[in-house]
Amino acid sequence: MKEFKLFINNKEMTAEADPDTPLLWVLRDHLNLVGTKFGCGVAQCGACTVHINGKAVRSCLYPVSAVGTNKVVTIEGLSVNGDHPLQQAWEELDVAQCGYCQSGQIMAAAALLKRNPKPTDADIDAAMTNICRCGTHVRIRKAIHVAAKKGGAAK
Amino acid sequence: MSIASNISRRDFLRVSAITGGGMLVGFSVFAHTDPTLTEGEFTPNAFIRISPDGSITLMAPNPEIGQGVKTSLPMIIAEELCVDWQKINIEIAVLDAKYGNQVAGGSGSVRSRFTALRKVGATAKTMLVDAAAQTLKVPAEECYAENGYVIHKPDGRKLSYGSLASKAATLPVPSEVKLKDPKDFKIIGTRVKDVDVKKIITGKPLFGIDTRREGMLFAVVARPPAYGKKLKSFNDAETRKITGVKQVIPIKNSIAVLATSTWAAKKGRDALNVLWEDTDKLESTADHDAAFLDMLSRKAPDTSRNDGDVEAAMTANHKVLDVTYHTPVVSHAQMEPLNFFADVRDGKAELFGPTQVPGSLRGQVAKELNIAPENVTIGLPRQGGGFGRKLMPDNGLEAALVSAAAKCPVQVQWTREDDMQNDFYRPSASFRYRASFENGDLLAWHQASVWLNRGNNDDTYPAGALQNFRAESQGLATNIPMGYWRAPGHNVLGFAAESFMDEVCYELKKDPLAFRLELMEKAKKQPVGKINYNPDKFKSVIELVATMSNWGKKPVADTYFGFSSWFSFNTYVAEVVELKMINGKPRVQKVYCAVNCGKVVNLSGAENQVQGAIVDGIGHALLTQLTFDKGAVVETNFSDYRFLRMKEAPRDIVVKFVPSEDPPTGLGEPALPPIAAALANALFAATGKRFRKMPFEA
Repeated sequence: MKEFKLFINNKEMTAEADPDTPLLWVLRDHLNLVGTKFGCGVAQCGACTVHINGKAVRSCLYPVSAVGTNKVVTIEGLSVNGDHPLQQAWEELDVAQCGYCQSGQIMAAAALLKRNPKPTDADIDAAMTNICRCGTHVRIRKAIHVAAKKGGAAK
Repeated sequence: MSIASNISRRDFLRVSAITGGGMLVGFSVFAHTDPTLTEGEFTPNAFIRISPDGSITLMAPNPEIGQGVKTSLPMIIAEELCVDWQKINIEIAVLDAKYGNQVAGGSGSVRSRFTALRKVGATAKTMLVDAAAQTLKVPAEECYAENGYVIHKPDGRKLSYGSLASKAATLPVPSEVKLKDPKDFKIIGTRVKDVDVKKIITGKPLFGIDTRREGMLFAVVARPPAYGKKLKSFNDAETRKITGVKQVIPIKNSIAVLATSTWAAKKGRDALNVLWEDTDKLESTADHDAAFLDMLSRKAPDTSRNDGDVEAAMTANHKVLDVTYHTPVVSHAQMEPLNFFADVRDGKAELFGPTQVPGSLRGQVAKELNIAPENVTIGLPRQGGGFGRKLMPDNGLEAALVSAAAKCPVQVQWTREDDMQNDFYRPSASFRYRASFENGDLLAWHQASVWLNRGNNDDTYPAGALQNFRAESQGLATNIPMGYWRAPGHNVLGFAAESFMDEVCYELKKDPLAFRLELMEKAKKQPVGKINYNPDKFKSVIELVATMSNWGKKPVADTYFGFSSWFSFNTYVAEVVELKMINGKPRVQKVYCAVNCGKVVNLSGAENQVQGAIVDGIGHALLTQLTFDKGAVVETNFSDYRFLRMKEAPRDIVVKFVPSEDPPTGLGEPALPPIAAALANALFAATGKRFRKMPFEA
């Protein structure tokens, strides 16, 4: 066990964990940030997507010891009031069915808009590789376009 | 799967006063007052809770697995209660007999509860109106309800529901209430967002996996690595060295490792040294498939339906089309891996977690732990998908056993690999279809199917429209557990039947839509035997999707279409797939879908279910299969158990509902069965190749 000092959602947090513990489980079990979801454990589905220094990372295979002083943002910290343009678009289009994968989808989309504020359909195809088992793909695509129009990269 | 029948007047409406004011309205099978009610507290024990401060809470009685019933069922109550949807609270009900049949299955929640929940709302509204009339000393006929107020029509005086609640609760329950004319619906039939949308997009705890309780340990369980194997012995020396591991407990054929975090529990589980022994046959997919072909070559012992004389219509003098189809085993793979929280102590069990059958779970826990059923409480979180997996309550039962043995609260967490290896799968199936022709028309149709575990009742459309029709089905015994997977039976039967129908149309050189409409005319005017579908409703969706997709109108370069329609859960669906060949590879562009499911309750949710079922069906048709090698799954995680990603999904899915005032029918499942055939038929149009074996891209 080792104590890790982490910078998550603009706050300093400490967690005592084995160095090989994936960031996902440190978030969920040690820090009670349960918005980041477990789906596969092998970085395939993207339910566990967080941002590390602004880039989308699948936290289920990312050991806590590799985080260092990098800035971590989870769904809980994407916006202060839950009003990131993507969150607004997800609400407006009523994207979710079960809702389980959607925090990971939103985080993946937020990283996309940060580096590409006006993505084309092809850009969305390439960037959005998360799994949605309910099949909300059509609404996710539309929501990303809606958020981009609203200036989704501004945040 | 059984569907709850409509709750009748006999399951009488109960209205009870709450100490401190307010009213509850619910179905009740208990004559006594709920013991959990205390002064000033409003416990969620009925469908409607109105407190004197004006807050209104509606209970969503059925498990929410992504099918939208946490939103749609309360909408039905709210409609008749005449409240402002924006101002009410919604809660998921705990398991309690007063809520009727709390099951998520068979596309049954809305259709089984529609009328009963309307009456729940209307009864409360009627009593509130009576309370207002008495308060104002005016005739009730002069009052009406709107947006949480009762208004006296002649002079416009308004009383809020909150101010009337205490009085209303003392009034007699009306034996008959008038329901709204559907023309006056303000909530039913509109677009309403999922009630949890804000929590979903901000990552609030909502799901079973998010449960955190004082003193709770996390558990990961070692289960047999293959069907046919059982636990022989184990050594936990390495496991106990892992920091955070607290207990190692054998439970039947499994070993639970309890720790202070999920990761420590998983590491502990993986460090176990376990000896498993073979106690049964270790089955493989290759053996199943070979047996299927052998069985299809012989006549089945059971016939689902036999009209006319198929064999006499398939002599050497007739042209006969004879093809086989195959669909593999698939896993449910709901996004939220199975889990359950359990706290079993002092003869009581508290459970909270994902299940589609809380009532059945309660029964099993009570029996296995020898606890009275009333001492087993089950709370329901929102659930990360279902698709039929949780019609089996094994995950909840296992957690209860682990907690009972560990004597502490636990959350048992399954890994994705655990989930894939321990499922109740969609059975694989092989189909043989034969048709014969005479004078440019279809003369006879024969379909035979073989399924893992047990045969299927294949008495479906196009039976009734054909003079000579025979369907027969048989099962192949297996020790691999088979279960219910979204639209059981229909999910692959629709593929085989509607692919074959397209082959028949091609043989006849007839337009696939026109030919199906012809069949519906025959079924209507000269039915052969019993007809278990409504030809007019079938026609309604075929005609609507033809208009939506511009079927048969001017061809577009490199664009190909495929059609299919199916009837299940009392709902009629017709679908057209539009695909393009891009760099020689087919890519689905758009899907058009027409649905006749009676009255639509929530237009946004309904559309979402249909779009989702289409993506689900396309993905499984193209990419997904689960194979077994000596009882163990070969595809253990999403790296090789493939799901459709954004780049493979349709760019757009257009959904239209046939306008209807009929009561709602099923919707979570019916859009799935036809889509694989629509896709296969479009692929044939594009490539000239028939895709008769799923997954097409394997």
